[in-house]
Amino acid sequence: MDAKDILGLPKISLPIPQEKKSRPQKDSQRKPDGISREVYALTGGVAPLMPSVDVNQLKKRHQPENEKITWEWLAFTNSARKDNLQLYHWVRVVNGTPPTGDYSFAKYNKSVDVVKYTDEEYEKHLMDPAWTKEETDQLFDLCERFDLRFVVIADRFSSSRSVEELKNRYYSVSRAVLIARAPSPADISGHPLVKEPYNISQEIERKRALSMVLSQTKHQERKDAEVISEAKKISESRMAAKAAQDAELPVTSSISPEGVEKTTAPVDTASPSNMQVSVGVAPLMSMAENAAAAAASLRMLRVYLRTYALDQMVQAASSSAGLRTIKRVEQFLQELKVNLKPKVPTKAVCAEHLELRKEILTLLNLQKLLQNKEEGSSYRESSYTETPETPKDRAFIPDSVSFGAMSAERVGKRDQKRKGPGREAPSSPAQSKRPRKLKATDS
Amino acid sequence: MTRISLLSDQNDSHSHAGEESDSTPHQMIEIEDEDNKSPTKKIKDLEVCVPIVYGTMSFWLGRKATETQSHMWTVYVRGATNEDLGVVIKRVVFQLHPSFTNARRVVESPPFELTERGWGEFEIAISIFFHDDVCDKQLDLFHLLKLYSEVEHGPLSTKKPVIVESYDEIVFPDPSEEFLARVLNHPSVIVPQLPATLNLPPGPIEDVHEKKRGDTKDHPLGQWFIRFSEADELLKLAEARQQVQNYIVKLRRRLSMLEGSAPTLKTSVS
Repeated sequence: MDAKDILGLPKISLPIPQEKKSRPQKDSQRKPDGISREVYALTGGVAPLMPSVDVNQLKKRHQPENEKITWEWLAFTNSARKDNLQLYHWVRVVNGTPPTGDYSFAKYNKSVDVVKYTDEEYEKHLMDPAWTKEETDQLFDLCERFDLRFVVIADRFSSSRSVEELKNRYYSVSRAVLIARAPSPADISGHPLVKEPYNISQEIERKRALSMVLSQTKHQERKDAEVISEAKKISESRMAAKAAQDAELPVTSSISPEGVEKTTAPVDTASPSNMQVSVGVAPLMSMAENAAAAAASLRMLRVYLRTYALDQMVQAASSSAGLRTIKRVEQFLQELKVNLKPKVPTKAVCAEHLELRKEILTLLNLQKLLQNKEEGSSYRESSYTETPETPKDRAFIPDSVSFGAMSAERVGKRDQKRKGPGREAPSSPAQSKRPRKLKATDS
Repeated sequence: MTRISLLSDQNDSHSHAGEESDSTPHQMIEIEDEDNKSPTKKIKDLEVCVPIVYGTMSFWLGRKATETQSHMWTVYVRGATNEDLGVVIKRVVFQLHPSFTNARRVVESPPFELTERGWGEFEIAISIFFHDDVCDKQLDLFHLLKLYSEVEHGPLSTKKPVIVESYDEIVFPDPSEEFLARVLNHPSVIVPQLPATLNLPPGPIEDVHEKKRGDTKDHPLGQWFIRFSEADELLKLAEARQQVQNYIVKLRRRLSMLEGSAPTLKTSVS
């Protein structure tokens, strides 16, 4: 009897820890050069907050011995300027010879190449009933002066034209001139002006839409979102109903060629009592239809598990509800301390379980309806927009509720596709595989 | 072509307590027999179901444990109260972790169980094959082998096994006549009340009264099997439904009050 026996560990000593020690440390944890071992130990291997750059590690500046550097206050001219203005700045002078050449920042003075047209070209290609030549001339003049800043140009323009109109005129003229001057269309087909002509109507529409979005109030935004989600729900329930109908058809026809039972066949699962329970719920019909379709498709299988059948029926029953509602039904079940999946899924238990779920769905719908009504009567004008789809959640709390006391829920078997190690893998010792980390089935 | 159609009330479909009465009348039961040749006569709108429990039970080997064999475990498919499933199931295939030699284990006769030694937990795929007259399709189950209890954190015990079991029911919709006749009185199978006029071929006469339901005798692991109580589950559900229904009634009342008061409010304002 030794400590290992007491702890319930196997007696084999573990070879791995020794191996680990001999292994060199990882690179990331190695002490950087230039810091003494003692100082580095104080940091515990953690990177320091302040950057500490080791001077030795920096690149040496290359400076030949025979260079003598001075800084001088010298005059310079800027070729980007046309007024020959003389300004002064500090210049690095090597061995008494100041640098020659242009001012180093002059190259950044970019200017736009605005097309110049001759009178003849204007007569031939550029006539536009909406524009006079004087206006066009002025536009191009301003375009050059303000480097195509059309907002500024529109501001300075003598007659009142919108930015879009100005742009349209400028780009169409430039394009026409370009095309007229090109020796063949292929030469300029790649030019951006030719490839992507300015579309004034689209541009106006784009700006209108943008300004609309920007000027929208929170209220309107919410209203829109609601309408969209509502529409989505409706279309979803229609789709589900349609799918149910489609699924029903082949089954009913296969039951009897004479069609004697066609009318009665698929309805037995959605008994009239269910229908009564869920009065006041809008997508009722599709719910019953779905249930019928699910039952029919189950019958097509020649063998199935009861739990599978329940899953299918639950899905069918809640297909018209949103994801959020389904979640709330499950939450409700937990509050009632009912297993989300029955532990003993007999036929009777499954039927009861399904009924319970349907009733909860009805209950939630009623809650919503009631809340809508209450708010509607207090201020009618905004009854629709002001009720988001979350009714106050805790309106109903079952008697025997303690929150957070979730009934342990069986984890879906198929989710646990994790393959554990088997028997013949002796390289990793048994203890290391003892973790209680596995999410596992209860019971 | 012969066709027998008859109506029956499903007032006592099976022996389950608290079976919810299906208010819709049971559908036509219909036996189709094409030229008296086809061997499979299907009976519509009847379902035969077989309650099963599947799972694993594992014992820690204690001092005998080695690095690769710390536990001895058994995976099984059994009748819910340990009845013999051989009447329905022909063969069960357990797919073990690939590190086992012959990872695909076939059990050809009851009891459908498999005992192994190992140290790791993994998912076992269980494929159930049925007799020819029952169903030609297989059924797949998945079960996670559990060696270490999640509930009890204490020292391991060699005495008490770790058990994880699931109850489920195998359902055969529209069973064949032959199958129905064979299992009609078998304890492992739940067959709904048959209409009196239905003439089944004579089934096996022997051992009808030999075994009763709930016969959990003489299984070496029998004492550990979990007993699944349908009644408890039904009781809980009934309570929950009562609560929900009460609340629905309350909500309806408030709703109708609101609807009633709304117009009166209006008239008083105007």
